[in-house]
Amino acid sequence: MNFDFSDDQKQLRDQARKFLTEKCPPKAVRMVLDGKAPYDKELWKSLAEMGFLGVAIPEDFGGAGAGHLELCVIAEEMGRANAPVPFSSTVYLAAEALLIAGSDAQKKKWLPAIASGEAIGTLALFEGKGNPSPKNVKLTAANGVLNGVKKPVPDGAIADFAVVAARTGSSGRDGDISLFIVDLKDGGVEVKSLTNLDPTRGQAEITFRDCKAEPLGAAGEGWSILTQVLDRAAVLCAFEQVGGSDRALEMGRDYALDRIAFGRQIGSFQAVKHMLADMYVSATLARSNSYYGAWALSTNASELPEAAAAARISATQAFQHCAKNNIQVHGGMGFTWEFDCHMYYRRANAMALGLGSLSYWEDQLIDRMRKKNAA
Amino acid sequence: MNFDDTPQEAAFRETARKWVEANAPKEFLAELSKSSLGRIRLANHDIVDVGKAWQKKKAEGNWACLHWPKEYGGRGATPIERVIWQQEEGVYGKLTQPFQIGEGMCGPTVMAFGSEDAKRRHLPKLAAGEEIWCQLFSEPSAGSDVAGLRTRAEKKGDNWVVNGQKIWTSGAHYSDYGLLIARTDPNVPKHKGLTMFFLDMKSPGVEVRPIKQANGMQEFNEVYFTDVVIPDSQRLGAVGEGWSVSLTTLMNERMSIGSRLATGVPEMFEFCSNLMMEDGLAIDDPAVRSKLASWAVKSSGLKYTSYRAISALSKGERPGPENSIGKLVSGMMLQDIATYAMDLQGAAGVLTGSDEETVQGQFQQMLLSSPSMRIAGGTDEILRNIIAERVLGLPGDIRVDKDVPYNKIPTKGR
Repeated sequence: MNFDFSDDQKQLRDQARKFLTEKCPPKAVRMVLDGKAPYDKELWKSLAEMGFLGVAIPEDFGGAGAGHLELCVIAEEMGRANAPVPFSSTVYLAAEALLIAGSDAQKKKWLPAIASGEAIGTLALFEGKGNPSPKNVKLTAANGVLNGVKKPVPDGAIADFAVVAARTGSSGRDGDISLFIVDLKDGGVEVKSLTNLDPTRGQAEITFRDCKAEPLGAAGEGWSILTQVLDRAAVLCAFEQVGGSDRALEMGRDYALDRIAFGRQIGSFQAVKHMLADMYVSATLARSNSYYGAWALSTNASELPEAAAAARISATQAFQHCAKNNIQVHGGMGFTWEFDCHMYYRRANAMALGLGSLSYWEDQLIDRMRKKNAA
Repeated sequence: MNFDDTPQEAAFRETARKWVEANAPKEFLAELSKSSLGRIRLANHDIVDVGKAWQKKKAEGNWACLHWPKEYGGRGATPIERVIWQQEEGVYGKLTQPFQIGEGMCGPTVMAFGSEDAKRRHLPKLAAGEEIWCQLFSEPSAGSDVAGLRTRAEKKGDNWVVNGQKIWTSGAHYSDYGLLIARTDPNVPKHKGLTMFFLDMKSPGVEVRPIKQANGMQEFNEVYFTDVVIPDSQRLGAVGEGWSVSLTTLMNERMSIGSRLATGVPEMFEFCSNLMMEDGLAIDDPAVRSKLASWAVKSSGLKYTSYRAISALSKGERPGPENSIGKLVSGMMLQDIATYAMDLQGAAGVLTGSDEETVQGQFQQMLLSSPSMRIAGGTDEILRNIIAERVLGLPGDIRVDKDVPYNKIPTKGR
């Protein structure tokens, strides 16, 4: 059994950590947090130069052709650094959708542009409140044009293209949904930036009015493709969440060692120690579940749906738990804008919703476990 | 990243599998395969007798304590081979319950600190199940603070004379030998006045009394010592070094990787899949699903955490500290699951009879037994301290009794 990343992959992790420590300090995150820029363009450019944006994109399409395990280790570091760039929307959602369902021409058009940092992509799925479900897709596609409103669309205000879920039938089945690609620079769309919990990852409303769109994948296959995309993104996001959990735990631990109260380090009080120990437990469970997800993702195993849901739930819980208690360990200082704790708190709670809420994924996990038990 | 054996591991697994197939006591397969939380019972046989026979057979085939050196009754196997053996031994591993303290804690301590004579005399018998060992550490006034123990050992010529009382000693009533930590010098701070011994449990002056537990069962004992004589040759480590010797023992306990702790999740999943409530199956209820999913990911998280440790062993590395979370997570989970399973049964959840309706009373039994899971082998609180101090590097507690001679430490709160 070798349930671990290889030495090369660990080296890549070290390299990514070093790179992000230098290029993405909290100061850089705050530039975006404070609204001075919609995302960190410099960092985005450097990530492309490092080959990180295209790490899982095949060489034929301008990527490094490494693989998804490599992408997982980079995702972990992106989460740890709280990187204020459209990485998850472009790499986990748009690129994965293209890799699964794109035609050769579509892949040639967009994947090299993603790898080089020239194109930002996203997935336009949600239409207001609600979790991923074919029923919640109201935007229509007919005669090659889209009509409807998507929100929230992650990084929608800075995206160059979007994969859009549209209704092409009314049978009440999954086959009613088809996917399209829209070049957002081609007109027919109105994009409005929305304020949100985590300003370091933007959200937008996109209105499509007779907007020209190209089908992605076969008609009626949209929901099946989306399910795969969401599962794959769930594993990758879980690694970001694991990275964020670890960082929040470290911040809490470091502060507990530094801060003196009642004449001693606060980390010597059991109430504080036990809180940090519990954070370590959550983070460890999340990491182990995510490793299993990484294995399933990288081998396209039939276990992926269950593994992805487990990784998603475990990592969501861990990041929320660690980010929340990191503030608690910091006491009043943790509630200031000046300290970085709230950046992780915001990211943890925003990420908990991004691919659908915790209860949605809990539901998915139970369905998938039952399916396996029945088989 | 893969779950495959290396060629050597695969070959070893094949050998182990064939041996188990040819030699295991298959007549107990059905009983052992039934999910069991806590102690195993066999309907018509004493688990100790059946266990001894299996252990002896294993020893003859070189499969007992296989990670021990050959000269002491083992096979000289690598840590990963031990894990593979445990996987292949499967449910028959439950029969080794009476020997686990000997194999996991007493044996390694004798191996590290015993004389060559003691090692050759006892370890092969321990491995073969001919000698059962117990561990005599906890006392009524020394649980988590085990270094505060009171049992006295006084030097008289070449012997030590022991007086005092131990508690929570599992298997003392069927054990042949015991690993005993006692106070040999009350005039120095508590950690410095302890010494480790082993003794024949049939020695005059040893009295074993069973304890009736909160769940109604009797699995643990009190052991009383009245002028019990132990030869100095049965001392393990130097006089006054008992604390550091005991850390070796406890470290070995926590190193046992691959021993699967019950979580209650498979039982709960099955229960919810079959339980009909007013609006349909329990498993279709969103509230039930949410709880089940949270428990399921804890359970899978523990499983894959142990896989990470196994991978480290397979590469010949020392596993990281991750495995220390196992008992902390599973103990609390068992209790929570039991409580919720009964809640789903409504007023009838109170019934403990073993019939279909109460699902053989398994959750009620789990409820009553689960508090011990959160206490035995390190309380939840001690485990959190260990994680905080050894893994996260937080400071130890301020110990007000650290430099105080043992006999000056207060013994009552009020």
